[in-house]
Amino acid sequence: MVKKGTLQLETLACPTCMQKIEGAIKQVEGVDQESVKVLFNASKAKFTFDSSVTNLDEIANSVKSIGYDVLKASER
Amino acid sequence: MHNWLLRNRNRLTAVTGALVLAAFAVKLASGEGPAVDGLLLAASLVGGLPIAVQAVQSLRVRVVSIDLLVAMAILGAFAIREFEESAVVAFLFLFGAYLEQKTLAKTRSAIKGLVEMAPEVALRMSEDGSFDEVPIDDVEVGETLLVKTGGKIPVDGTVVRGGGSANEASITGEPLPVAKDVGDKVFAGTILENGTIQLTAEKVGEDTTFGKIIELVEEAQDSKSQAERFIDRFSRYYTPAVLALTIIVWLATRNVEMAITILVLGCPGALVIGVPVSSVSGIGNGARNGILFKGSEVISRFGKVDTILFDKTGTLTYGNPQVARTLYYVQDHQLVEDLLVSVEKESSHPLAKAIVGAYPNAHQHPVKSTEVIQGGGVVASVACRKVLVGNAHLMDAKGVPLSSRARQDVDELEAAGNSLVLVAVDGQLALVVGIKDQVRAGVAEDLAALRKMGVKNLILLSGDNQGTVDLVSKELGLSEAHGSLLPEDKAEFVRERRTRGEVVAFVGDGINDSPSLALADIGIAMGNGTDVAIETSNVILMNSDFHRIPHALGLAKATRRNMVENIVIALVVVAVLLVSVFASTWMNMAIGMFVHEGSILVVILNAMRLLRY
Repeated sequence: MVKKGTLQLETLACPTCMQKIEGAIKQVEGVDQESVKVLFNASKAKFTFDSSVTNLDEIANSVKSIGYDVLKASER
Repeated sequence: MHNWLLRNRNRLTAVTGALVLAAFAVKLASGEGPAVDGLLLAASLVGGLPIAVQAVQSLRVRVVSIDLLVAMAILGAFAIREFEESAVVAFLFLFGAYLEQKTLAKTRSAIKGLVEMAPEVALRMSEDGSFDEVPIDDVEVGETLLVKTGGKIPVDGTVVRGGGSANEASITGEPLPVAKDVGDKVFAGTILENGTIQLTAEKVGEDTTFGKIIELVEEAQDSKSQAERFIDRFSRYYTPAVLALTIIVWLATRNVEMAITILVLGCPGALVIGVPVSSVSGIGNGARNGILFKGSEVISRFGKVDTILFDKTGTLTYGNPQVARTLYYVQDHQLVEDLLVSVEKESSHPLAKAIVGAYPNAHQHPVKSTEVIQGGGVVASVACRKVLVGNAHLMDAKGVPLSSRARQDVDELEAAGNSLVLVAVDGQLALVVGIKDQVRAGVAEDLAALRKMGVKNLILLSGDNQGTVDLVSKELGLSEAHGSLLPEDKAEFVRERRTRGEVVAFVGDGINDSPSLALADIGIAMGNGTDVAIETSNVILMNSDFHRIPHALGLAKATRRNMVENIVIALVVVAVLLVSVFASTWMNMAIGMFVHEGSILVVILNAMRLLRY
């Protein structure tokens, strides 16, 4: 099933963080590549993903693994 | 380990700074020596590690980041045993990032204030009928929630029990509390100032009106203008290009010092952050002043507007007819008012509503009989008196004499755009009431301000008859005024002006004017937070406050200017640095890093000026 996910991240300070986080989320299998959007000022990442292939935890961990804190993860 | 390094970045920055300072102190006291080198080496390691970790992490997701350039520069300086430079560069880079974070937080403070108004918890009814506090995310549609006095309403819903008054300023901008009884709608993010209510949740989270407003502003702040998208693409190739240039210079000259200096100077800091930081500040300032801009593209287009089209009813005027003038022809004012209100209370005519509203203290008499005269008015018998309420034709038809003074008054009021209600008591003219949909207070000044800001055409479009439209136009000094237009005629007008090459803004109330709002270069909705207004327009005036338009335009222009300033600052800095690498003897990587971080702070500080606009 296709779900919409939102990650509330720690405050982002540098524009390259966006590229990194975007890259990290895109590398998770099951995430719709085109849908990944990192909101720099809101410090949020939004994307759609296939919940039969991956889950929110896995995506959040991919972001954590490159050193950014995930404060809150939600899906709908 | 990695995460520990990153979490403690600020502490590591402080340690690096302390070590660098200690090294300089020792150097001043006892000159160069192994102690100085040792301290600088330690500083380079402490500061360099988190940078290197980030560089590697971004490489893993195939991004060539600024961290990589800096990490390589530090490594290079290490290789040629320039510990002083490696330590200073590491410290400045970390410290710069820290300052960036602090100052950026300021530019985002306006939107943060909005987000903080969002409810966090709700009192939810459990199966046994008692209420428990639960996180807002757990609330689902259909559940029953309790809100006590002073509490935040957590969702959009309908009151099912109790009553009170809610302050809905966060949604409508209206400062006065609104009464809420069973059956009334309440909105998330508003505050129950009085009473206790139970409500059924109908929309939760991001689906609520408040949630939509927040999402809109968030997306707006990050939506990219064409210029920004260009810079984004540019920086994606720029960083690797700097890397390539470094390698070429190193291969050609075998000069490690020069190569690593280029690495540091090439960092694309101010250029990448300059434009977004301006638009964030601009949009933030707007949000705090009740103006929602949907993105930085909107700001740059709005700044170029030369034609503004206005809807009349509800935009230039208040939208509800009110008693504007009263002329008495008898001594006993109170009696006439009492009789008039008694008759009008029974009528559903729109003018009757305005009259009843104008005399809230009138004493109401029972009305014995009423007869409606088509196209004329009402003949009624009240408190043993024969009362006529209607137009001049009714007076003539019923043989009520109008003095020449009264006739003159009637003509004058009509010429001034009033709708007239005449009242006669026992065959004598007693009162003439002029009712008018009045122009909003201060609109004339606002329009003058817009003209001063360079808007060439101020045009009124209305469904009203041409006569009324002309009057308003003359009163306000508009460039053109067109009446008797249907919504599709207005949309056609918008299209026509755009094909002439004008940048057109349309100001309307968001519902019947949706087509025009959508067609215009900039649609400005006098929105009360309605969904339609939010969706079809580009700029939303939160509390339907017309006076915000000059501020909005001024802010848009200032933000545009600010973006250009930041681009110029960034480009000049890069140019000066690159030229001085090759043409001067004083440039080294520590100075380069200092100037580079400095320029980032300058563009952020420049953008922060917009917060005070």
